[in-house]
Amino acid sequence: MNVKIGKIKLKNPVMAASGTFGYAREFEKLVNLKHIGAIVTKTITLNPRAGNPMPRICETAGGMLNAIGLQNEGVDNFIKEKMPYLSKIGTPIIVSISGNNIDEFFILARRLDKIKSISALELNISCPNIRGEGWSVKGGGLVAQDSKATYEVVKAVRKVTGKTIITKLSPNVTDIIEIAKASESAGSDAVSLVNTFLGMAIDINTRKPKLGNITGGLSGPCIKPIALRMVYEVSKNIDIPVIGAGGIMNADDAVEFILAGAVAVQVGTANFIEPGVCGKIAKGIEDYLKKHKIDALQDLSLT
Amino acid sequence: MTLDAPYIARIALPGQFVQIKCSDSLEPLLRRPFSIHRVNGNIEILYETVGRGTEILSNKKEGDKIDVLGPLGNGFRLPRTTKIEPRAIIIAGGVGVAPLVYLAEELAKKYIKTIVLIGAKTKDLILCEKDFKKAVPEVYVSTDDGTYGSQGFVSKLFHKILKTVESRFDTVVYVCGPRGMLKCIAEICQERNFECQVSLEEKMACGTGVCLGCVVKTKSGNKLACKDGPVFDSSELLW
Repeated sequence: MNVKIGKIKLKNPVMAASGTFGYAREFEKLVNLKHIGAIVTKTITLNPRAGNPMPRICETAGGMLNAIGLQNEGVDNFIKEKMPYLSKIGTPIIVSISGNNIDEFFILARRLDKIKSISALELNISCPNIRGEGWSVKGGGLVAQDSKATYEVVKAVRKVTGKTIITKLSPNVTDIIEIAKASESAGSDAVSLVNTFLGMAIDINTRKPKLGNITGGLSGPCIKPIALRMVYEVSKNIDIPVIGAGGIMNADDAVEFILAGAVAVQVGTANFIEPGVCGKIAKGIEDYLKKHKIDALQDLSLT
Repeated sequence: MTLDAPYIARIALPGQFVQIKCSDSLEPLLRRPFSIHRVNGNIEILYETVGRGTEILSNKKEGDKIDVLGPLGNGFRLPRTTKIEPRAIIIAGGVGVAPLVYLAEELAKKYIKTIVLIGAKTKDLILCEKDFKKAVPEVYVSTDDGTYGSQGFVSKLFHKILKTVESRFDTVVYVCGPRGMLKCIAEICQERNFECQVSLEEKMACGTGVCLGCVVKTKSGNKLACKDGPVFDSSELLW
C-alpha cells in the first residue's frame, strides 16, 4: 500500500483533501489520524483572509457548491497555532498554499521550506472562488487556467524549496493536459486533480443565487465521472505522479481513480459526511487488492 | 423523534446538536443538523418537515437505524453560581423551542428560577407548552394572531413580563427562534443589561468546523455556528 510522491512516502494512497479537513485538530476526537495516508491542510495565504459572504454552501443533486473564499488566518498564525499540533500527528502533512501573485507564493514557500515537519507543499492555483483577485491572468481567470502563469508560479516555488511540490489543477479549462505539462516542466513533483467545478444554484422562490458569492465550486459524487476522465487523460500524458480527486465517497471510487492512472487519491466532500472516511477507504483498497490477489498498489492497472 | 444514543445522551449539554445522515443513499448527500431536544437515557430531536432530509426522517419507522454524529457544538452556559440571585428567562419562537426544553429541565434541576415565554404565529404552532410546564411553573404564551395566549410577537410579551416580574434578580435570557426575533430580544436585553444567549440556526455542511460554511460575524471576527456556537452571547454578534 506504500506510495511515493516526490520525496515523500505515504503508508497508503488516501489523502484528506485541502479545505475538507481543517488543520486536522478539528477531527482529533473523531478520527484516528494515523490511518490517513497524508493530510492536506486548509489553504493558507500570506495574509489573513475573511472569506466570502454567507451563504457559503448549498447542497445540489449528488453534490454541493461552496464559496468559502479561502478564509484563513494567514501564514504567521498557521506556523504559530497550527503547526505544533500537525507536527505531532505522525502522518505526512502537506500544506496547501495560495497567493495573489507570484511573490506571495514565493514568500510562503520560502517560509514553509524551513519547517521540517512539513512533507510537501500543494499549490492551490485553482480555487474558483477568488477569481479576478490580483492576478493579471487573462480575463481575470485562475492561474490554473493559464499554462504560462502555472509555469511561472511552480518555477518560483521550485526555486526556494526542495520539498515535494504538488500542483492542484482546475477542471475549469479547455485542455487540462496543457496545464499539467506546464506544471511538470516547471519542476512540480506531482499534480493533484481536480479542484471543484465552477457552478451555480438559484432559489426560485427568492429569485436569488443560493450563494453569497453567486458562483461556487461544485464537488461530490456528481463530478466523479468528469474528474476520472481528466485523471485518465493527464496520467497518460505526463511522467510525474497524478493524485486523483473528485467525488470519491468510498474505496470503489478510489480504486477507479487508481485504475485510471492515479498513484494516490484525495478525499474531500466525503469528510464532511463521515470524518473517518479516509481510513475506511484505505482499508477498503487493501481489501480490494487482497480479494483480487494483487500484491502491490502499483500493479493495479486497467486490463 | 427518539434516538437510542446512550453515549450522546450521557455527555450532551443543552444547546448542543447532532448531525444526522437522513438517508443511506447519496440523496440528500450531507448530514442535517438537529438540536438535542431532550435527554433521558436516549436523545430526542424535534423537527419540522421542510425538505428532503426531514421528509425521509419523517418516514422512518420504530427500530430503523440512523447514523448520528454528536454531540456537537457549544451549548448554553447555565447562570454562574457566583450570581447572587440568578433567574433565567427562556424565550422560544416557533420551532426554536427545540433546544430549550432540555435547557429548562436542566435549569429546574439546578433550582434556578426560570420563566418560559413561547411565541408562534398561531395556536397550532405553539410547541412543547406541556413539556415546559412540567419543568417550570411559569410559562407564558403569545401568538401573532391572538388565537392563543397574548396577542403579538413574543418580544411584546417579553416587555409585558418584564414590567410585572421582580427586578432584583440577576437575569440570563436564553433565546432561540427566527433571526428577526433574536435580534429584537437581544436589543431589549442590551437595554436592560441582561446577559443574553442566542442559539443560531445556520445551514451546515460538516458540522465539525472544517468546511467553514456556517460563518457568523462577531466582534472578534468570523466564528463558526457549528464549532464556536450554535449558542453565542448576543453582545458578541454583529447582526
